[in-house]
Amino acid sequence: MATIDFLTQKISQAKRKKAKLFCVFLTLGYPSLPATERLIFSAERSGVDILELGFPFSDPLADGPTIQFSSEKALQKNVNIHDGFRLVSKLRAKGCKMPVVFFGYFNPVCSYGAKDFARDAKKAGFGGLIIPDLPPEEEQAFQKECRKRKLRRIELVAPTTSDKRAKMLVQRSQGFVYYVSLRGVTGARKALPSDLKAHLAKLRRMTKKPVLAGFGISTPKQAADISRMADGVIVGSAVIEHLKRGIPAAERFIKKMSQAVHGV
Amino acid sequence: MKKLPDAKGHFGPYGGRYIPETLVKACEELAAAFQAVKKDKKFNEELRYYLGAYAGRPTPLYEAKNLSSHFGCGRIFLKREDLLHTGAHKINNTLAQGLLAKRLGKKRIVAETGAGQHGVASATAACVFGLKCVVYMGAVDMERQALNVYKMRLLGAEVRPVHSGSKTLKDATNEAIRDWVTNVEDTHYLLGSVVGPHPYPAMVREFQSVIGNETRHQILKLTGRLPAYLMACVGGGSNSMGIFHPFLKDRNVRMVGIEAAGEGVHTHHHAASITKGRPGVLHGMKSYLLQDKNGQVLLAHSISAGLDYPSVGPEHSYLKDSGRVIYQAVTDREALRGFELLTKLEGIMPALEPAHAVGYLPKLMPKTKRNDIVIICLSGRGDKDMGTVQEHLKV
Repeated sequence: MATIDFLTQKISQAKRKKAKLFCVFLTLGYPSLPATERLIFSAERSGVDILELGFPFSDPLADGPTIQFSSEKALQKNVNIHDGFRLVSKLRAKGCKMPVVFFGYFNPVCSYGAKDFARDAKKAGFGGLIIPDLPPEEEQAFQKECRKRKLRRIELVAPTTSDKRAKMLVQRSQGFVYYVSLRGVTGARKALPSDLKAHLAKLRRMTKKPVLAGFGISTPKQAADISRMADGVIVGSAVIEHLKRGIPAAERFIKKMSQAVHGV
Repeated sequence: MKKLPDAKGHFGPYGGRYIPETLVKACEELAAAFQAVKKDKKFNEELRYYLGAYAGRPTPLYEAKNLSSHFGCGRIFLKREDLLHTGAHKINNTLAQGLLAKRLGKKRIVAETGAGQHGVASATAACVFGLKCVVYMGAVDMERQALNVYKMRLLGAEVRPVHSGSKTLKDATNEAIRDWVTNVEDTHYLLGSVVGPHPYPAMVREFQSVIGNETRHQILKLTGRLPAYLMACVGGGSNSMGIFHPFLKDRNVRMVGIEAAGEGVHTHHHAASITKGRPGVLHGMKSYLLQDKNGQVLLAHSISAGLDYPSVGPEHSYLKDSGRVIYQAVTDREALRGFELLTKLEGIMPALEPAHAVGYLPKLMPKTKRNDIVIICLSGRGDKDMGTVQEHLKV
């Protein structure tokens, strides 16, 4: 059975409507697997365009304290890749149409078996992959398998990336391009760097693919401001911070952020 | 033999650069700077000066005759890295990277440390080269190695406790990398072993190869022949790579890397990444890794904090697969016996890390012929371990 490519559909739809894309990050299994399921459905209802499902890893070196915390909590419950695949299959069976992108470090993928992972992720209903510690230079066999399975490899571009390399990355990136809005790890910041606008403008001139900015975005105002400079935003740690106070708090926050992004 | 690593830092299937995009530029710059200084006469002269006048190189190659006659066969030599300033081989690498950081125009260095030896050596290099130094150390390790924490602070370094994960070396490394990602423009990450993303494994190997180069020269001068065996402990694997590398082409020199078996490789309390791990990705490299069935990294355990690391340098993984180096694991108990043996017979108190290599002698020596030369890299002195030793050995 061919799975529907929700990610590609969503992106071309946003392009047609000139709408901004709002992507939410959740840690799989934090605070629990049923909570993640509930949050995904409510996120879809709140107009979230793409879900980035974070798979917990013992050593998340690109993440700040908030996502480290949620990952540790999920790992204490022995959440693993199989749980993620089962959850997404279930969502699809229940009619969820929101594109889901895998976010995770490479070691659990490698341990699962890179080829099997690509096959099973696609089968479960994932549209793409973000692997922050896997640059395009590594693991050619795995990258090829992802292409074969039409599992989009979303590349990250950082403020320190040279222009030459940025061109290579946006060209290779599939679906959208993830711009890391600051030097540092994930997590809410009061202020975002002053060179963000210039970097985003330069990147958007390089490609027709949507450029989404992530890292450090924590308020509706920041989300709206950055959506004006980019094709959308990715919000993670701030969602997890609200989630620490309970599922309803997180749901309200996601709704507010969604309105802020889509109001642009 | 092929020249390794390749241009992208691969040792066969191992090594590479598994890092967040933000760090790619810094790693590329570092690789280029390293290539440049390798051939730079002025840099090498300056480094040689500091290694000699400041750190105390060349270190002696001492023939441990009492130890040899104890086993009744073979000739055992000790490469005395324990006599270096700050007490271990770590200073070879920190002085070199300190000079390199200065050349790159960096004002600040960050380092990770387990036992505190690399932290002290980093703080020392920062002190002498006028760099700001921040050392990340697991909260558990800070308690175990309080004296080294004090030393680092005396030297002017800021020691930041790491409370995430297992609160040990692996988490301190994560935290040092996170700091580097945040402050990459003005900060050099002074990694302490032959681990991490390219160019670190190749670069630290180069800076530690001074051990093997000296040893080769010294043993030829003393005996006119090459050793039958080289032996060194392997945590991340920098002292072993340093002594092994200049001998890799000498097909008759057998090499044994000694991992920490902790309470035994059949328990959950060991640090034998090569013996018991399988290939995986951690800290920017692919190598043997202690991990569970879901690919989560396992905690390592060893009586010596310096071997307490769940992975190993990628070149060691390559040398293991190729069979060029044999890797064996030695338990806490065997290491303590090694410590006792060397102390009693030679009056040398080794650090608990190289005590693991000494602890393998009872298994190795019966296999040697009468005149076989065995060289052990005595990578550090035991001062830092007196507290631990006191708990285990009665006098």
